[in-house]
Amino acid sequence: MSLLQVKEVTHSYGSHKLFKWKDSPKQVLKNISLSIEEGTCLGLLGTSGAGKSTLGKIILGLEQPQQGQVLFQGHNIYTADKLTRQKIRRDLQVVFQDSYSAVNPRLTAERIIAEPLENYEKLTISEQKRTIIELLERVGLSEKDLTKYPHQFSGGQLQRINIARAISLKPKLIVLDESVSSLDMVNQTLILNLLSELKEDFGLSYLFITHDIKAAYAIADTLGVLEKGELIELYDSKNQFFSSEHPVVKQMRGAILAEHPRFRSLPTRISKT
Amino acid sequence: MKKLKTEQSNVLQVNNLSVHMQTKDNTSTLVQDIQFELHRGKVLGIVGESGSGKTVTSMAILQLLDQKTTTIEGSIKLQGRELNGLDKKAMRNIRGKDIAFIMQNPMNAFTPVYTIGNQFIETIRSHTKMNKKQATEIAIEAMQHVNLPNPKELLTSYPFQLSGGMLQRVMIAMAACLHPAVIIADEPTTALDVNNQLQVLHHLNQIRTDYGSAILLISHDLGVISEMADDVIVMQHGRIVEKADVFQLFDHPQHEYTKKLLHARPKLHVEEYIG
Repeated sequence: MSLLQVKEVTHSYGSHKLFKWKDSPKQVLKNISLSIEEGTCLGLLGTSGAGKSTLGKIILGLEQPQQGQVLFQGHNIYTADKLTRQKIRRDLQVVFQDSYSAVNPRLTAERIIAEPLENYEKLTISEQKRTIIELLERVGLSEKDLTKYPHQFSGGQLQRINIARAISLKPKLIVLDESVSSLDMVNQTLILNLLSELKEDFGLSYLFITHDIKAAYAIADTLGVLEKGELIELYDSKNQFFSSEHPVVKQMRGAILAEHPRFRSLPTRISKT
Repeated sequence: MKKLKTEQSNVLQVNNLSVHMQTKDNTSTLVQDIQFELHRGKVLGIVGESGSGKTVTSMAILQLLDQKTTTIEGSIKLQGRELNGLDKKAMRNIRGKDIAFIMQNPMNAFTPVYTIGNQFIETIRSHTKMNKKQATEIAIEAMQHVNLPNPKELLTSYPFQLSGGMLQRVMIAMAACLHPAVIIADEPTTALDVNNQLQVLHHLNQIRTDYGSAILLISHDLGVISEMADDVIVMQHGRIVEKADVFQLFDHPQHEYTKKLLHARPKLHVEEYIG
């Protein structure tokens, strides 16, 4: 059985009882079905407005889809009983794009990471502190950082704290919604490497939402392409992305920036127009 | 005329530029010994990770740093004219006309309460003696040049009604419409999604071929650099560690830090499919 199954999910925005919209409700997801196996990473590619983040929210249990089901280990996360839902919430974690707005600026790193532990684990004060230090060290920070506030960290460091918080309860699935997109190239690679390591060590599964093909390729095992709310392609192997003949995928491939000036596409494009 | 020619090939010259910042107790140096030249129609790329001083350098050129807390040393010559220490009014005449600036986040670069047209025409009219009608024509022409659909309608719309990619194209049109000698593009594609990135670079490239503007292209993304730059400066901790032709830099990096940067980027390993 797959760890996570999304079955025929359809969702739309824009219908509201109070406000009458000129346009009919906008369908943002159409009949999406996908699954994530344990210990694997599904990369979800798409341009802005394709519905990637909405799908992420639905999988996290933050937004109930209008049609379709989300099954986590066989349990429907929207209709399961309270106890099961609580358990599922523990196994489902998220890391967002903007690391600063994902933390409370008034809390120290220690308090930020402690929050999920306090909610779910009954640890003594010293046990909890030891756990937090271990987590910080696991993501490449140190004990010294315990008392620091968010503004004292760089974007890359703060994203590590977000990751430490996400793995603190040993979850099964982490949704990474553009988690590396706002970092510079060096930090992106470091965080991607860290995520790959953690995946091996803890047997984690990821849903890696991104518009960056290079980042997705670096971490994903399977790949899906979302376009205007439809899952147009789903590959068992990420390499299939490069042989696909789908026009949208071809366009995406054409937009990849060159890795070496030898491959640059700009001068040829100019002579064409 | 002769003088003009030499100026044309070498539009911006930065010599021994250092920026110091005063804090309560001490002064810290943000960038040091920056030295480079921009040539007409050429693209100079600046790479480095966050905090390496890329943006401070561009802000120093534009004299946009807070004068109370920072001091700029060295010389910045635009077509032979010294910019460092120029008074505010003279600098305002240069910004937008001779040096245009393209910012990272197009959503924050426009005032949300005025229409695109209002801001576009204000920019043109503050630097020229055109009337509204002439300025509107110039704006429409510049927007057509970057393939924006229905420029007339766009002029009456507000920034939040446009997507990030479209706004960035409006910003490029605005920057290019007065044919500046230098365009500083600070991470012009970082906030855009992949499909728009190449398009925006394509328009920037077109502007330098059509108007001969020199471009200072700041980016942490080596993909952007390899697509567009002619020469590259690598910055680390506020200093230039390497300066080379783009092919030279990718094929034979000299400095350890450059090697680290080149090594650090995620690669696709399927190069035959690209380009």
